[in-house]
Amino acid sequence: MELTLWTYEGPPHVGAMRIATSMEGVHYVLHAPQGDTYADLLFTMIERRGKRPPVTYTTFQARDLGGDTAELVQRSIREAVARFRPEALLVGESCTAELIQDQPGALAAGMNLGVPMVSLELPAYSKKENWGAAETFYQLVRTLLKDQMPPPGTPKPSPSRWRAEGRRPRVNLLGPSLLGFRCRDDVIEITRLLGEHGIDVAVVAPLGARPADLIRLPSADANVCLYPEVAGPACSWLERSFGLPVVRTVPIGIGATADFLRELHAVLDLELPAELQATDGRPSEAERRSRLPWYSRSVDSTYLTGKRVFIFADATHAIAAARIASRELGFQVVGLGSYSREQAREVRAAAAELGLEALITDDYLAVEKAMGEAAAELVLGTQMERHSAKRLGLPCAVISSPLHVQDVPARYAPQMGWEGANVIFDSWVHPLMMGLEEHLIGMFRHDFEFVDGHRSHLGDGAPSMAPAVDQPPPGDAAAPGLEREATTATAVAIQAPPTVAGEPSWMPDGEAELAKIPFFVRGKVRKNTEAFARERGLASIDAETLYDAKAHFSR
Amino acid sequence: MSVSPAPLPPPELLKESGQREVFCGLTSIVWLHRRMPDAFFLVVGSRTCAHLVQSAAGVMIFAEPRFGTAILGERDLAGLADANEELDRLVKDLLERRPEIRTLFLVGSCPSEVIKLDLAKAAERLSAQLLGRVRVLNYSGSGIETTFTQGEDNALLAMMPLMANSDEEQLLIVGTLADAVEDRFRLIFERMGIPTVRCLPPRRSTELPPVGKGTRVLLAQPFLSATARALQHRGATLLQAPYPFGVEGSRDWMAAAAGAFGVPDARIAEVLDPLVERGRRALEPHRQVLVGKRLFLLPDSQMEIPLARFLARECGMELVEVGTPYLDRLLMAADLALLPAGTQLSEGQDVDRQLERVRAERPDLVLCGLGLANPLEAEGIATKWSIELVFSPIHGCDQAGDLAELFARPLRRRALLQLS
Repeated sequence: MELTLWTYEGPPHVGAMRIATSMEGVHYVLHAPQGDTYADLLFTMIERRGKRPPVTYTTFQARDLGGDTAELVQRSIREAVARFRPEALLVGESCTAELIQDQPGALAAGMNLGVPMVSLELPAYSKKENWGAAETFYQLVRTLLKDQMPPPGTPKPSPSRWRAEGRRPRVNLLGPSLLGFRCRDDVIEITRLLGEHGIDVAVVAPLGARPADLIRLPSADANVCLYPEVAGPACSWLERSFGLPVVRTVPIGIGATADFLRELHAVLDLELPAELQATDGRPSEAERRSRLPWYSRSVDSTYLTGKRVFIFADATHAIAAARIASRELGFQVVGLGSYSREQAREVRAAAAELGLEALITDDYLAVEKAMGEAAAELVLGTQMERHSAKRLGLPCAVISSPLHVQDVPARYAPQMGWEGANVIFDSWVHPLMMGLEEHLIGMFRHDFEFVDGHRSHLGDGAPSMAPAVDQPPPGDAAAPGLEREATTATAVAIQAPPTVAGEPSWMPDGEAELAKIPFFVRGKVRKNTEAFARERGLASIDAETLYDAKAHFSR
Repeated sequence: MSVSPAPLPPPELLKESGQREVFCGLTSIVWLHRRMPDAFFLVVGSRTCAHLVQSAAGVMIFAEPRFGTAILGERDLAGLADANEELDRLVKDLLERRPEIRTLFLVGSCPSEVIKLDLAKAAERLSAQLLGRVRVLNYSGSGIETTFTQGEDNALLAMMPLMANSDEEQLLIVGTLADAVEDRFRLIFERMGIPTVRCLPPRRSTELPPVGKGTRVLLAQPFLSATARALQHRGATLLQAPYPFGVEGSRDWMAAAAGAFGVPDARIAEVLDPLVERGRRALEPHRQVLVGKRLFLLPDSQMEIPLARFLARECGMELVEVGTPYLDRLLMAADLALLPAGTQLSEGQDVDRQLERVRAERPDLVLCGLGLANPLEAEGIATKWSIELVFSPIHGCDQAGDLAELFARPLRRRALLQLS
């Protein structure tokens, strides 16, 4: 028994629903008690789907358990096939049905349905949603293709046979599914990218595919495994059984997109375009196609240097984020983790490369704790990390499922390919303060006006607890992220402080130096300098005091 | 004055069985935990249960919600781990982290029912261990036994053994109300001169009302069948009244209570008439949107019959079909009597068949769950999500306008949008 207050992944049958609902012409009969129909709303509300998921639930109740639930299963299957006329049928059970052991798959097999049927065995008490999605996709592919399997010993098809056949090379894009992060737009972006390199897309699956499309999978020259969480097992099986090579680099970020194209060209025996070869000062393909490289090099981004970033996501997006953060934006990754236990090895390897130990857990409170302990300045995570970050007063960008309705934007917002890199730059950097703004605030970070809990450019996420304003500056021990609450320097009005007896007084050269400081920060400098003088028991402030204070506060 | 149970016949009843598109009783936790901030609801179940509750509640807004799931694993099922020891360990950890908890509900689920995990015994054992600190109760919210709102019925039933016996005269309002609505009702009953008004569930889980011969039970929610009968069994009188939705229902509901305490009709009218007049004024602009519109209610929260009564009689809507997960004629008597003659009622569900009827009838508005709302909208049929009705303050004369507005809004919105 395990106490769970919130979970990143649903049960495995929800993964199966993701496959069924992503596809056309597939129907899923799920032996499940009343109540399990809640899962429909994941699709109709979060994804705003205008269709019910193609799922028939047996919705058995206690009174059915006394009778013949097997008959109920058979009736549900019969009626679903008659009503929905699917091209392929999935039959499975949820956690409760697993316990009563009606074996709906076996029942369906004996029914002579006249339609390809996959009996799903998804152990609900040991596996989770992504595993269920991957297993369902694999079983469906296998069922539809097993008759086509070449006999053992058949030579593998050459991935460059496209040349001999006088056509463009073509690949399958495998893994995109509903409730996956930005899959809809990633498919468009990658299809476009491949088109620019003269490569066609044969089949995209499961998203938008029909069973007949899965039957065409072996006609491609290679498979692109876009989301290993969903397509990993199917890709491996197609590689083993049909000799279809797999491109495994996930093209999220500049480096990974370039690597993806290189891998793809190598696998398909295509000549690598000059832009993708090692550059010798010439603008690279990436530079031409995405704004991220230049935006990252431009001076405003200097302030991104060494920002402490905490990453927690599904494995694919966590690993990609770590690479982008560390190599393409110059952040310092201070925490890396994932809830994807199936891909834990890959996440651990990515963490080790950064000198970190990966956090593999599905306890969001453990993630929140690690986030706090890592003294992060930016969090890249799921919707749950967004909430945790809000509590800690940290800026956050969402990079992975589980989805919230906000993660299915109306606009085009891929994560993959060149445009994906642009989207990532914006969505990760905007929660932070911009360069010049941060420079000014950094100078005067201990001023109370800067920590009064409102932010100029962040509509949400003002921390509920405003830091106490009357305490002395906590110096370098300041809680990480406190500066995040700062407003912009420009938003602060100048205040003419009244002279108070016993307060340090300004010497004429001090006043003169103060007058040279831009008006929009002058008030801050005055206050900071006075605080500094008070702290040191100085009676008067001259130009030197002002610079001493500046040096002090810029620590 | 209580509404006499009218002779029932007119409404036509269609009984259906098949796929039911309803939540299970676990969903009630979402409002029960808000009602009793010193209680924790621990579902003993599967990952599906955890996922259901968080999906229904959108729980990510909470740092640490006051509900969770003890997820059964393979070891528990294979008997490798002693379920009772595991539960004790988990509860101990949980209570160490949440020392403010005074009542812990162990909530049974489909898997725990099927493997016959004895949560009653576990609750007894834990209660003894935690004597004087935390009371441990249990009930079932499983989908094989309960739909959606029945979870509250079972939770209240579980609290009943802890309610003292007393023949003291009191009005007992039963069913979760929004705090602000409850305060209003208390004030109104006080004005009418009812001396003692108590609520079940109480705001603090430890401050349970007593029950006995002097107790007059006024149900605020229409889904508390078992609780109502158990209270009767303890000597309480069940007041017959329509549920307090809309001006008419709320007035009759309050008047039934006042009548039972011998408040003279003149005094009742003096207190309630201004509320009725104000409520009707608030209702009017929404009535104008709703009047003559055809409404189809899919079964979901068990509130469908009283809502249909309100929308037909006070808002002028035409009822195409009124679905209810189950029909409790005792609890629905007053509302059924007020439904227009010949109203088509349906009990249970076969969702595909019911949706065929919806498509055939093309109603102007459908009340339904979240799984069906967008698909119907995509077919051009306006919808109102039913789950909002269990979270919003909709009871009482002062809320009648707001309640009507919830139904008028989708129609107003359609009239507003110009998208072509």
